[in-house]
Order: sequence, then C-alpha cells, then structure tokens
Amino acid sequence: MSMHIDLPEETLTGVLGKALGNRSFLIGLAITLLIVAVALISFVWTPYDVTKLVIADKTQAPSWAHWFGTDHFGRDILSMIMVGARNSIAVALVAVGIGMGIGVPLGAFAAARGGIADEALMRVNDLVFAFPALLSAIMITAIFGPGAVNAIIAIGIFNIPVFARVARAGALAIWPREFILAARAAGKGMTRISIEHILPNIATLLLVQGTIQFALGILAEAALSYVGLGAQPPMPSWGRMLFDAQTRMVTAPWMAIFPGMAIVVTVLGLNLLGDGIADILDPKSRRRR
Amino acid sequence: MTAYLLKRIIIAALTLVLASMVVFAVMEILPGDPARLMLGLNASADQIEMLRNQMGLNTPLVLRYLHWAGGLLSLDFGRSYTYSVPVIELVRERIAVSLPLALIALALSTIIAVPVGVFSASRQGRAGDTLAMGAAQLGVAVPNFWFALMLIYLFAVWLHLVPAGGFPGWGAGIWTALKSLLLPAIALALPQAAILARVARSALIEVLNEDYIRTARAKGLPYRAVLWRHALRNAMIPVLTILGLQFAFLLAGTIIIENVFYLPGLGRLIFQAITQRDLIVVESIVMLLVTAVILINLLVDFSYAIVDPRLRGRQ
Repeated sequence: MSMHIDLPEETLTGVLGKALGNRSFLIGLAITLLIVAVALISFVWTPYDVTKLVIADKTQAPSWAHWFGTDHFGRDILSMIMVGARNSIAVALVAVGIGMGIGVPLGAFAAARGGIADEALMRVNDLVFAFPALLSAIMITAIFGPGAVNAIIAIGIFNIPVFARVARAGALAIWPREFILAARAAGKGMTRISIEHILPNIATLLLVQGTIQFALGILAEAALSYVGLGAQPPMPSWGRMLFDAQTRMVTAPWMAIFPGMAIVVTVLGLNLLGDGIADILDPKSRRRR
Repeated sequence: MTAYLLKRIIIAALTLVLASMVVFAVMEILPGDPARLMLGLNASADQIEMLRNQMGLNTPLVLRYLHWAGGLLSLDFGRSYTYSVPVIELVRERIAVSLPLALIALALSTIIAVPVGVFSASRQGRAGDTLAMGAAQLGVAVPNFWFALMLIYLFAVWLHLVPAGGFPGWGAGIWTALKSLLLPAIALALPQAAILARVARSALIEVLNEDYIRTARAKGLPYRAVLWRHALRNAMIPVLTILGLQFAFLLAGTIIIENVFYLPGLGRLIFQAITQRDLIVVESIVMLLVTAVILINLLVDFSYAIVDPRLRGRQ
C-alpha cells in the first residue's frame, strides 16, 4: 500500500476551509472537545461527590436529581462518568505517547537504514502482532499487578509496532523523493534528514493513526478495568462501572447503560475525528481505510 | 508460487519459535517457586528440593526450554500445578467452548459484513450507503462486553428468549448448547462486522474504479455479475487480511466475553490460572492462542495466492 501525503503544497487557509466543510471532522472534533471538557470540569465540579457513599440513595433509577441514576453505593452515575473520563483519557493518551515515542523512531530508523536493521524490525513486529494484544495486556497486568499504570504500559507496548509500521511505510515513500536527494547532496546525515524532512511529511499519517490508537486505547482500558485489571476502586473508571453493573442488570440496568454509552460516544468522536483529518489532508486515504 | 508459500511458512515457523522463547522467558522471570506453591506453606526445604528435582526445575535453562518446547510439539503441555491433571485435559474441555464460539462469531461477522459492504459500495454516496456506514461507524465504537451486557438485558432479562449465561455442555444436545453460545457470538461478531463492512466497502469501491470493470460492463455483462464475480473477488485481499486479524481478535475477545456469560472456556481458565499462579496453564493457553494466530495468518497468506493469481507467479 503506497501512502504519501503532499502537505507542503497545501496552504493553511485551504486546509482550514476543507476542515470547516468536513462533517466527519466537525462532529468528531465537537465530541472530542466535549469529552475533554467534561474531564477537565470534573476536577473542579461534579454534580455529586463521587468519594461519598450514600447508602440511602443506592441503585436509584434516573431522575431529575440523578440524571443517570445512582450505583449500589448511592453514588451519582453522571458524576462518576465525568471523573471516569479523566482516567480513560489519561491512560489512552500516555499509551499513544509510548507507542509514538518508541515506535516512530524505530520505524524511521528502519526505513532510513534498510537491509538487516529493517528486516529485523519487521520480524519483531510480526512477533508482537502474533500475540493478541488483549491477551498480552491481561498477562502483563496479571503479572505485574492490576492498576492504571500497568494498564498504560500494557496498552502502550502494543502501540509501538503499530506506529513503527506506519512510520516505516510513510518514510519509505518519502525517501526516494527529490528533496531528500537534495538534502543528502547538501551533506545532511540520516538522522538529520529523518528529523527535518521525513518526520514533518509523515506527521499527518501519524496524527490519523494516533486518533485511531487513542480510540482503541480507550476500548482496551475499559476492557482491562472491566475484568478488574485496570484502574482500581475507589478511582472511578468506565470499565469498572460496567463490571459493578454486570450482576445488577435486572435491578439497575442504568448502571450499565450510561457508562457504556460514554465509551461509545468517546470512541465514535475520536474515530470521526481521525476519518475527518485523513479526509482533509488526503482525500484518497479515506477510500483506502 | 512455491517460493512465495515456502517463504511464508519459514517466517511463520520462525515467529512461532521466537514467540515460544518469549513466553518461556516471561514465565521464567516471574517470581514464585512452582514447587513451593504446590506443596503449600508447611513443606520443608528438603521436600521442596525433591519436588524441584522431580519437576526438572533444577536442570539448566536451555534444557528446560527444549524439554518444554518439545513437549508442546507432541501436545504434552505438562501438569497443572493446582489441578494436578495434564494441562492438555483442562485445555481440551475448554477449547470445545472457545473455538466454536470464535468460529460462529467469525462466520456471523462475515455473513453480515460482506453483503453490507457490497450494498454500500454499489450505492456509494446514496442514502443507503450513508445509513449503513453510519451504523458501521457506530458499531466500531461499541465495546463488545458492553454490547454483551445490553444483549443479556434485552434477550435474557426482558424477553426471556435465551439463557443469560452458563453453558450446559455439548452433552445436553447440540441445539441447547448452541443456544447458550448465540448471544456471546453475536456480541463478539457485530463490532467486528462493522470493521469488516467498512473494509469490504472501501476495497470494492477501489476495484470498481478500475478499467477492467468498465471493460466488463462495456462488453455487456450485467452490473450484478460484474459486482459479485469480478469486483468482489479482487476486493477479497484486504477483506481476507482483516478476517485473519479478526480471528486473532475474536480468540482474545472470547476471554472477556466468556467472563460476561460465565462460559467455561479458555478465557475463564486463564483467569483462574492467573489468580492461582498456575503458570504452566497460563503459558500453555498463551502458546495455544499465539500458535492459532500464526497459523491463521499463514492460511491468509495462502489464500492470497488462491484469490489473486498474480501472486502465484511472484517470488
């Protein structure tokens, strides 16, 4: 699959114009900003205190007082979803950071060097891809103990080969271009060319992959927390809320419905945003994905 | 073609060997002495030492790896520390739940996704396409275990159509057993079908823009024939790639879904083994799943050659 994006030819106003006309991008951006805003607001204000247990109010159906109902400890579900957003965003963001921070240099290096270094990287990639990510994440967190930090590491490790592969494919398409030849003729070294010329040209590819991995990270964190290997109570997390809801489906279905919808909306927003960015910067890429 | 297939086989074998080394190494560096674990807290140092010798834990690392890996090849995974039965027996029972579940889910996902993809691609940009792809976009965002909970609520709690969980065993009759795998399979399949439908659509659209499609139309072939026979076949490569990836995902997904539905599959077993520190069971299941993934990817590589005759000539 050939991938290349000609960003330099585009003017900034042109890109902005396309962005404002792209429905996917606008809806995705709006949802993403909303979720981030909710997470930030939760630091200073939530409708109810999520650390306080009010047993008298336990498993109340949604009402004007509690829009999304309450859980088995009488905590307000809406407030917990707001605080849980922090956890989801933080875990997914750092996991993407780990993946990009290690994967992109590896991929760029492999593309620049080629030969044995490239072959070795691709084989290691194959190896990591042979381990179903969720299975390995479960193993890692089970071995090193459950918790948000280990969940981040587990998800982050599996982002590394993804970004390495994208960076390598992107860089391989750029290396044969004339302006790289010019840079080499000017005496620039491999590392400098990679940083100054290759990286800016694959940045959009990485951005699109970043939003996809961010969304996948939120799903993975939820799955890990759901099986008890992610964020630990009393820290509210969406996956954990679903775990608590599971045995109460008959008496308090709202405990499951709303946290799940929070995950769906967040992931949907990020995916739309990613589609939108890909579409704006390279109309062809949309057809390919 | 032989060269192509041979290269794929060698890479698959190499990956498998490396994977087994990784799994072995991870289990090796884990804290906790299996012999001590089996004998309990009251065991004397001598007893532990004896069992260690008996279990071969005192032999050099390389020999132990070779012994373990050799055992894997002959399906001898060793004995479970906690159940004191051969791991293969534990695993065999559980595979009878997990594998059918993953296969049903894969079949469901394909049966739903390919027609939806074809439908969308042939009506590109029209209302039907927008609607189908909107649904797919939503489906991609749904976590399968949450979807599972919603299905339980709707079909088991509300409508009482199917059991909310548990597995009666294949001995209870095929239909009864299948019925309890139905909801889990749907929960696994629909989010995957959403991804697959998107891939099928974009692959088909790309193919439909090719010159040979115009030629086929120009020589008078009806649109349906062109779509299903010429275009779909050429769009199969990306679809097959994703199918292969999805099987790996579905196998791992069963681990979570089995916990939602209380199904006695590999997923439940691996969680029990992890909490009981029954490492030999954990490493056996991991190796089994990894082998399955590698084999499936090899099969996908083979099927490329069948679907795409151009690959047969290539090295």
